[in-house]
Amino acid sequence: MIRFIDITKVYKNGVKALSNVDLNIGKGEFVFIVGASGAGKSTLIKLLLKEIEPTEGSIYLNGEDITQVRGRRVPHIRRNVGTVFQDFRLLPNRTVYENVSFALEIIGASRRDISRKVPSALNMVGLGSKAYCYPDELSGGEHQRVAISRAIVNNPPILIADEPTGNLDPDTSWDIMDVLLDINRRGTTVLMATHAREIVNTMKQRVVAIEAGRIIRDEQRGVYEHEVSHIEEHI
Amino acid sequence: MNSGVYMSMKFRILKNIFRQGLQSMWRNRGMGLASITSITAVLVILGLVLIMILSINNVVVEAKNKFDEIQVFLEDDISTDELHRLEDTIRNSEEVLSVMYQTKDQALEIMKEEWQEDSYLLEGLEENPLPNAFKVKVKDIEYSDLVVDRVKELEGVEDIVYYKDIIDRLVLFAGYIRLGGLAIIGILMIISIFIISNTIKITVSARKNEIGIMKYVGATNGYIRGPFIIEGVLFGLIGAILSVLVVNYGYQYFFNAVSDQLYVLFTIYLVPPTSLVKDISIIFAAMGMGIGALGSLLSLKRFLNV
Repeated sequence: MIRFIDITKVYKNGVKALSNVDLNIGKGEFVFIVGASGAGKSTLIKLLLKEIEPTEGSIYLNGEDITQVRGRRVPHIRRNVGTVFQDFRLLPNRTVYENVSFALEIIGASRRDISRKVPSALNMVGLGSKAYCYPDELSGGEHQRVAISRAIVNNPPILIADEPTGNLDPDTSWDIMDVLLDINRRGTTVLMATHAREIVNTMKQRVVAIEAGRIIRDEQRGVYEHEVSHIEEHI
Repeated sequence: MNSGVYMSMKFRILKNIFRQGLQSMWRNRGMGLASITSITAVLVILGLVLIMILSINNVVVEAKNKFDEIQVFLEDDISTDELHRLEDTIRNSEEVLSVMYQTKDQALEIMKEEWQEDSYLLEGLEENPLPNAFKVKVKDIEYSDLVVDRVKELEGVEDIVYYKDIIDRLVLFAGYIRLGGLAIIGILMIISIFIISNTIKITVSARKNEIGIMKYVGATNGYIRGPFIIEGVLFGLIGAILSVLVVNYGYQYFFNAVSDQLYVLFTIYLVPPTSLVKDISIIFAAMGMGIGALGSLLSLKRFLNV
């Protein structure tokens, strides 16, 4: 489903964000990407969204090498990848319903298609009753649910979440994790970059740890551990 | 996907783009007014320059018609044979349209008519001082020099008078006016493209988040660009309509006022307003929308390379 082959990314300012990264994520997996700020998590996600290009290596998404895809086809690749961010990124002047239907409008979905898919995506995240609220009437957790709903309304095979709980309190974070897990159970591959140690440790999913641009650990049913190893070094 | 479904999808996308363009235009109406005003101003000035150029062209054409005559004055002692030979030679020139012979008596009559009440002054003349002459019309005023050079050498020709100098100067003057006008229009166009692009830039940055989100959910550049271009083009179109109204009615008013005030002599050189409307509408609409589209594209160029 997602394959990074020998990926190296050096930014223009000379910073080497990733060096020789190999990563293979199968269909239907739930994967945590953990690591300190600046370790290379964001670079990994940006590469998948084709916001940036790798310096070396290739990335396969649904069997297609996306590093070879140029300009015009980029939007079509992004339609196969739902994205959720720490800062939600909702449109303040649109209702919940409109925020979600937005993702369908841009690809020219029919009215009937929209009226069928949007409510079901909202129900999926438990926001069916708030369809006609505006974002400023919602709590932080609800914001993120709308964002998730928008990310999945187009039914993409992959969902990428970049620190989706970063702005939320622990209880709300768990609600969001439940939603993501739910989506994963329905067959969507979920890739989540996070700092939330407790969540990672409790969920017992695959964990890929990145440090200084390299994958230092890749375990099924893994734990966060980053902080621990740090402390051990000091002792 | 069959083509029917594909078409209706494209149509819905187009409809979305249009709706968004109109919405953002309405939200942005303050700055939009600035854009529309600047486009209108540019086009009105363009209209004035156009009218001026057309009128000067008229003057030039009129002048060419009036002054395309070469007067060939003949020596008094020329014989009839020589006269006929001369006439044939001139007439056979390729560049000559017609040759008319005017005797000195005819010339005096014409002079008397032109002088009207002052014509008594001519009564005192003991003999007619005017020469016999050929009035030669050339096919194009550009040939004048050629014909004059040739005729000058002929036997029996005393002097030649023609007005190519004046016409040349007039053509030159018209050329300067045209160049000056175009330069002014060019500068104003650049300015208004700049104003439009700034207006659109404000919309773009106001919708920065929206555009970012659009990109993440897989909107094509065309889909993102579309509404802004429509916004710019509509600003341009509104500006064009306003300026057509201003130029058309303003000029009509001016034209009528001038004709009423006895300056009919002057108005015959002006282009009649009714002949302008269609051309000006087309030119203005094209230019207004062009300026708008260009302004939008400029403001988006940097922005879309995400």
